[in-house]
Amino acid sequence: MFNEETLNKYKPIDNKIFSLIDDEGKPLDKKWQPSLSKDAIIKAYKDLLFERTADYMAISYQRQGRMFTYPPNLGQEAIHIASGMVLKNEDWLVPAFRELGAWLAKGVSLKEIFLYFKGNEDGSRFQAANRMLPVSVPIASQLVHAAGIGYAMNYKQEKAAVFAYVGDGGTSEGDFHEALNFAAVWNAPVVFIVQNNQFAISVPLRMQTKSINLAVKGVAYDVPSIVVDGNDLFAMYEVLEYARNHAISGKGPMLIEAKTFRVGAHTTSDDPTKYRTKEEEEAWAIKDPLKRLKGYIAHNKLHDFANENALIAEFKKKIDAEFEAAEQHGDYKLDDVFGYMYEELPSELKRQKNALENYYQNSGGAK
Amino acid sequence: MKVMNLVQAINDALDIKLAEDKNVVVYGEDVGVEGGVFRVTEGLQLKHGADRVFDSPLAESAIAGTALGMAIAGMKPVIEMQFDGFVYPAMNQILSHLSRFRNRTRGKFSVPAVIRIPYGGGINALEHHSESPEAYFGHTPGLKVVIPSTPYDAKGLLIAAIEDPDPVIFMEPKRIYRAIKQEVPDEKYSIPLGKAKVLSAGEHVTVIAYGAMIREAQKAIVLAKQKGISVELIDLRSIWPIDRDTIRESVRKTGRVLIVTEAAQSYGPAAELISIVNEEAFLSLEAPPTRLTGFDTTIPLPLGEKFYMISPERIMFEIEKLVRY
Repeated sequence: MFNEETLNKYKPIDNKIFSLIDDEGKPLDKKWQPSLSKDAIIKAYKDLLFERTADYMAISYQRQGRMFTYPPNLGQEAIHIASGMVLKNEDWLVPAFRELGAWLAKGVSLKEIFLYFKGNEDGSRFQAANRMLPVSVPIASQLVHAAGIGYAMNYKQEKAAVFAYVGDGGTSEGDFHEALNFAAVWNAPVVFIVQNNQFAISVPLRMQTKSINLAVKGVAYDVPSIVVDGNDLFAMYEVLEYARNHAISGKGPMLIEAKTFRVGAHTTSDDPTKYRTKEEEEAWAIKDPLKRLKGYIAHNKLHDFANENALIAEFKKKIDAEFEAAEQHGDYKLDDVFGYMYEELPSELKRQKNALENYYQNSGGAK
Repeated sequence: MKVMNLVQAINDALDIKLAEDKNVVVYGEDVGVEGGVFRVTEGLQLKHGADRVFDSPLAESAIAGTALGMAIAGMKPVIEMQFDGFVYPAMNQILSHLSRFRNRTRGKFSVPAVIRIPYGGGINALEHHSESPEAYFGHTPGLKVVIPSTPYDAKGLLIAAIEDPDPVIFMEPKRIYRAIKQEVPDEKYSIPLGKAKVLSAGEHVTVIAYGAMIREAQKAIVLAKQKGISVELIDLRSIWPIDRDTIRESVRKTGRVLIVTEAAQSYGPAAELISIVNEEAFLSLEAPPTRLTGFDTTIPLPLGEKFYMISPERIMFEIEKLVRY
């Protein structure tokens, strides 16, 4: 099991990557045994498969013109599923925008996610998800919120951790550094997770930083930091579990660089063929997190994959139903534009809203 | 002459200035290899080299702040903020330094930088991709703020902006990036900053707009014409400095003015323009100067934009009210 001793063996400055299984899913250390039960491993596999299926479906809805821009998660799912396994109900999830499996584990519904990416703020209500923040588009800005939440958890003497996500590009923003520094100074229980998927839209990591890795950026702030194989569910789970315990036991923040690859486009508006090669994509395809987890399960005969097609069909049905629910969500109303700006609608906003209503009444149906 | 859209015209202006002036550099997020998320800088890196057209690390504040450094050291940086809503981390640099450096150093240092910002709604985008933040810049002493509405103007105004000795915020109406095509001269030309343009002459009502709202106003003018209302349309082109002369002349003639902006209402560009109308043409007014603006709300996500975005019919509705007043 991952412990302080393990952490000390993976100093970012040495640029070693913590990994437990190889590309085929075989343990790198033959004596290693997962701390997860067989059932938990099978569930993780199914959750990962579900996230991937949902992603493919979302891309397809987008292509059909039924959804606007969507940021696919393909290839990064192990980070999300492992996060979901570690996150407790009392913990906070501070997302960037590419952590689908973790959101689902927190209780966000697919319907809400689809609704959001269809262009309706109602998709950020997260009615069944406790302590889940909305998507944060301004890069890295959410991390300082996480440090603030962490301070509040300490102040209120709550044993809860804050899981905060950012991409590799986000580590260049001032907010990333300010958040690490604040969290360290305040001993805030924040687990910073950098999903290093190698590209910030078109910009490769080598043009983003001269650092040997991204975890090393935490060292100067005295934040325990580590580079982890983000496509290895077991490695991600063990480090995240350790980081959560570290945080809630009063030892402060941790920084985890999860090394992965964005298999899909940045968003559905993006075309990766403009800036990366087939060779690069193929090299990472070998490290696919689903394939590796499946390999582990197969080698250890934990599960029979004979019914996988039926399982995927069942997932698709469920995902379609969620998408239909998003499509059936009521029409966007004028009140939805004005209703949430303040606790009470100020008279000036009432006036502006009335002016538009007055226009509609007199426009003979024109919008 | 070539037929170009706004994207091509802006690319052409950058290309000309890069070729002509070795001190011009173009950088920002994804502007190099990818040629920008809107492809505005496409091909420029290949043509002019990666030391002159390049991707910077992802940090808007540093993009703006380094531009100041380059500018005071003799270069002409043209930087891109990828989307309107991403400029906010750079506001500290723009408001605290770029706009003030000339005054702070009593003219010893000036900041001839251009900050390009694709802006505005109506493109079915995610949050922070559809904003109209021009009032923040117009309100900041020391900045010039330019917004073209046609390919021809985009090229000439951008060349003027790059040649201007002071910092210019160059806002590009992304909604009409590819919607309008026009013949654009191949050669270099510039259009003076701070000069509005009368797009169509009229007698009954003056409409003042800029950016993507020009196209909506032009459609409204067609509706107005059908009802016998003659509209004079002014494309402001520069949010600051403001062309008082053109506004004065027009409103003194028509006596009625409607300002159309996508930006939120309160303390926005329309408020400033109405003040100018009051100062310059008060005794000619036949009706209260009127504004049709974005609401004082966050711009809604795509499904709510139908309420927020201003349609030609809504512009026509206001024009008729002014005429009937």
